[in-house]
Amino acid sequence: MTERFARRRSLSDRLADRSFRLLTLAAALFFVVLLGAIVWKVLAGARLAFDRFGFGFVTSRAWDPVTNHFGALDFVFGTVYTTALAILLAAPVSIAIALFLTKIAPRWLATVAATLVEMLAAIPSVVLGLWGILVLGPFLADHLDPFLRRTLGFLPFFRGDVPSAGTGLLTAVIVLAIMATPIIASVSRELFLTVPHELEDGAYALGLTRWEVIRGVVIPATRSGLVAAVILGVGRALGEAIAVTQVIGGQTGIHLSLFGAGDTLASRIAAQYQGAASRIHVSSLVYLAAVLLVITVFANLIAQLIVRRFEFQRTGAD
Amino acid sequence: MATGAAVLADPTANLGRRKVRNHIFQAVATVAAGAAAVVLAVVVISVLHRGISALSIDFFTKTPAPFGATGGGIADAFVGSAVLVGLATAMAVPVSVLGAIYVSEFARKSVAETVRLALDVINGIPSIVIGIFVFELLVLGHYQSGWAGAIALAVVMVPLISRSTQEVLRLVPVALRESGLALGVSRWRVTLGVVLPASFGGIMTGTTLAVARAAGETAPLLFTCSLATGIVRANPHFPLQSVPIAIFSLSESPDPADHARAWGAAFVLIAFVLVVSILSRLALARSRRKLGLRR
Repeated sequence: MTERFARRRSLSDRLADRSFRLLTLAAALFFVVLLGAIVWKVLAGARLAFDRFGFGFVTSRAWDPVTNHFGALDFVFGTVYTTALAILLAAPVSIAIALFLTKIAPRWLATVAATLVEMLAAIPSVVLGLWGILVLGPFLADHLDPFLRRTLGFLPFFRGDVPSAGTGLLTAVIVLAIMATPIIASVSRELFLTVPHELEDGAYALGLTRWEVIRGVVIPATRSGLVAAVILGVGRALGEAIAVTQVIGGQTGIHLSLFGAGDTLASRIAAQYQGAASRIHVSSLVYLAAVLLVITVFANLIAQLIVRRFEFQRTGAD
Repeated sequence: MATGAAVLADPTANLGRRKVRNHIFQAVATVAAGAAAVVLAVVVISVLHRGISALSIDFFTKTPAPFGATGGGIADAFVGSAVLVGLATAMAVPVSVLGAIYVSEFARKSVAETVRLALDVINGIPSIVIGIFVFELLVLGHYQSGWAGAIALAVVMVPLISRSTQEVLRLVPVALRESGLALGVSRWRVTLGVVLPASFGGIMTGTTLAVARAAGETAPLLFTCSLATGIVRANPHFPLQSVPIAIFSLSESPDPADHARAWGAAFVLIAFVLVVSILSRLALARSRRKLGLRR
């Protein structure tokens, strides 16, 4: 009797086990399907514009909703230019922050500072954008822009008229740098924590200073990971739409002057959310999104595959 | 390494210069960390400072005043945001947790790695592109709706919740699972009755962090749920107003009174986001300690 009962229970248990496993498998497969669906849907939505403009879309400068000629070059330039400058600003600062958090600060201060960095990551981009237009922009227009123009005006970056409103590429670059910093800093911090203590202790025992240990041991041991951390920051800066739309001024044009207005792929999409009338206009916006998607997916794949070689738990602000 | 080798030849060589270099490095790194703290403080303080004067009872209970008029509030945005984020959470949590269970309890290593990679890549997709995806999927040819907005937010939340759930499931000691199995308890009961309760705190933390993130997301809603009509509404068949979209459109307005409203909304949003993230991080630290893991 008990034996039969036990067997029956084990059968129902096995069935339940099997179906629970299948249920969780379905959920896990859903993630992969979701990624595929995002890529497929966005590429499919860009189809109309792709058929009309082909790959030439990326190198064409037109963006004219009246005659329905669309091209992405201005926005590709704006994206690459602002992202590159923002990362040039953010990467060294972020890595220095990560070194401070892991190698210099006493434990309590490191905990507090790491929390602050994560809070910086938690600020919604629309709030940072609001701050960008109403606080940072006017400050730049009143103080920093005239100063840069006076002192460094011989460089092409700081030529041209200072915008009265404070919107423009420079404001966008600073906002993007603020947004990329927490990501690069938190991934670098996790990387530095993976360096074996024996290696560092050995180097200290040889009489090296802290800086020499970092240059000679810590950085070489994590170099590829740091590259990946920076790529993750690049991905964040490339794709930021809202804050950039708010501060960049929203104009086509290719110029080096940081005082001028511009537009990025993401900010152009965001700015035209109400304005797209014709199907080809909508499809061209989706084409911009597709360009952005392809770039960020590749950047992330590369960065993730590199980071994966370092065994660490990801807890940071991502 | 070259510096290291040169130093090793004679440890006392240029000791003064080496020390100076070391001090410079430490100063630079400290200043960098200080700068991040200052930026955070400047942003938070300017939002608090400008936002607090815009707050009033009306701000939370009334609908927007017509352009140029004074008074009014953004009650529609608060209600809409609550509905959108609530729906998104209800959609994202079950699938995220189930998928995380598969990855950490059942999957082979290669499969687990693939699923994790997919999640990380989704996490890296710009949220405006997620918005475009849901726009293509649901809105194009139909209408914007609360459902579309909630689904877009759910896509943003799924990788966050699932990744953090995987991390806490990994922290549950193997011995706990083994003792359950040794008692003859079946796998699914061990998972639902032992592993999941043990990691409940961590899953809640991951979820609240994702809620904080979704509450502040603007870009996924632009194309899916941004054309609301300014009345308080909770029915997701219609487009719902939301706090981030309200801030976005108010910030682009030429009217200074709208800027004040934007600051008020930003105050509420940033207070919500920061308080939620700080509390959940504290809770996470506690649940980690409870599982006997310190990092």
